[in-house]
Amino acid sequence: MAGRPDFTWLEVYGVALLSGVVTTIELIVVTTLLSFVLSVLGAAARRSDVAWCRAAVGGYVELIRNTPFIAQLFFIYFGLPSLGLHLNAMPAAILAMTINLGAYGTEIVRAGLDAVAPGQNEAGRALGLRPPIIFLRIVLPQAMRAIFPALASQIVITMLESSVVSVIAVRDLTYQADLIQSRTFQAFRIYLLATLIYLALSVLLRRILGFSARRLFGAGVG
Amino acid sequence: MEFTFWDILRNLLLAARWTIVLSIAGFICGGAGGLLLMALRIARSPAIRTSARLYIELFQGTPLLLQLFLVFFGLPLIGLNVRPWLAAGVGLTLSASAYLAEIWRGCVEALPAGQWDAAAALGLHRRYQLQLVILPQALRIAVPPTVGFLVQLVKSTALTSIIGFDELLRTGNVITNATFAPFTVYGVVALVYFAVCFPLTLLARRLELRLSRA
Repeated sequence: MAGRPDFTWLEVYGVALLSGVVTTIELIVVTTLLSFVLSVLGAAARRSDVAWCRAAVGGYVELIRNTPFIAQLFFIYFGLPSLGLHLNAMPAAILAMTINLGAYGTEIVRAGLDAVAPGQNEAGRALGLRPPIIFLRIVLPQAMRAIFPALASQIVITMLESSVVSVIAVRDLTYQADLIQSRTFQAFRIYLLATLIYLALSVLLRRILGFSARRLFGAGVG
Repeated sequence: MEFTFWDILRNLLLAARWTIVLSIAGFICGGAGGLLLMALRIARSPAIRTSARLYIELFQGTPLLLQLFLVFFGLPLIGLNVRPWLAAGVGLTLSASAYLAEIWRGCVEALPAGQWDAAAALGLHRRYQLQLVILPQALRIAVPPTVGFLVQLVKSTALTSIIGFDELLRTGNVITNATFAPFTVYGVVALVYFAVCFPLTLLARRLELRLSRA
């Protein structure tokens, strides 16, 4: 033991750590997909002609953006059962993350839609395209080009914040690190390793998002 | 013991002062660290610039929760006896300085390069170019995003509950265990955070609007 760092725990617990990484990736992939849909719907509602629709989405966005994610998570996981809505840890985590990312996403997508010139919409109509096609094929891709960096940053932030779901016993990377340190008493070393894995994940996630955005919305994005 | 709604509210409001104290401490210490880091980030020496950039990327690319764990379990390794409030303060300071350095660097770099040249032409040392010419001008555009960052800082104090600092959220956990009323308690907790953060958000938005009009 003298002078030589003890890494035997890594052989024993490597699999656990890896399964934690997989759970963290699952969380962010599912959350990104769900909250992208939520963000587009939210942004559309925020720009609609229906006043109560705009107000409701506005209230949702402000409420989420001005409270901590962990408080939202606790409210959903511990508070909602009082209303009869019981969720397991994993669905509760995904719901909390989706609601959170969806609020930021709504504002970002809305800014992107505002940036697309109204003439694009009119040109689509002049070509006889139906409104959903105009939105999906003409307006949204152009909006995405403008907002992609902001959206990617927010997704990375949400991935980093997902470490908090370990507190409600979702077996993500932080949860596994907690478990290993409680058995080996090598807290600093294990948390440092987990931190570096998160760093690698955030670099990787940014790359993947850039790549998929270019595939989906054409060159010049990301 | 019976907890009425008013007991819950009173205790949570009392605990909220620690959230506010921690936010202010994190802002003051993080602001000092951020200013220094920003100066290093735009230094002439590439080695210094790169180290500052790596620090910022490290703290912006990893979870704050893990940073708090590293401080909490790391400080005892160098012989310091760590209380939760100290680990919370140090952790938030390290993280806030990375974010503030990056925000302020953006503001400094938004100024025309001619300002540096003019300051140099006056024969000022680089430190005074920054201090007397650049910073006063950058300050004007730095206020709105800095207030915006305050919202993020207040929210991030909630994570210190996990390492045992008795702020608003942790008090909420304790009260929940005593009252079995998680819906009410976490609802009020969220609203107290909202009552602190929303005015700051509105202020940041208004300052930004005023700046863009000017």
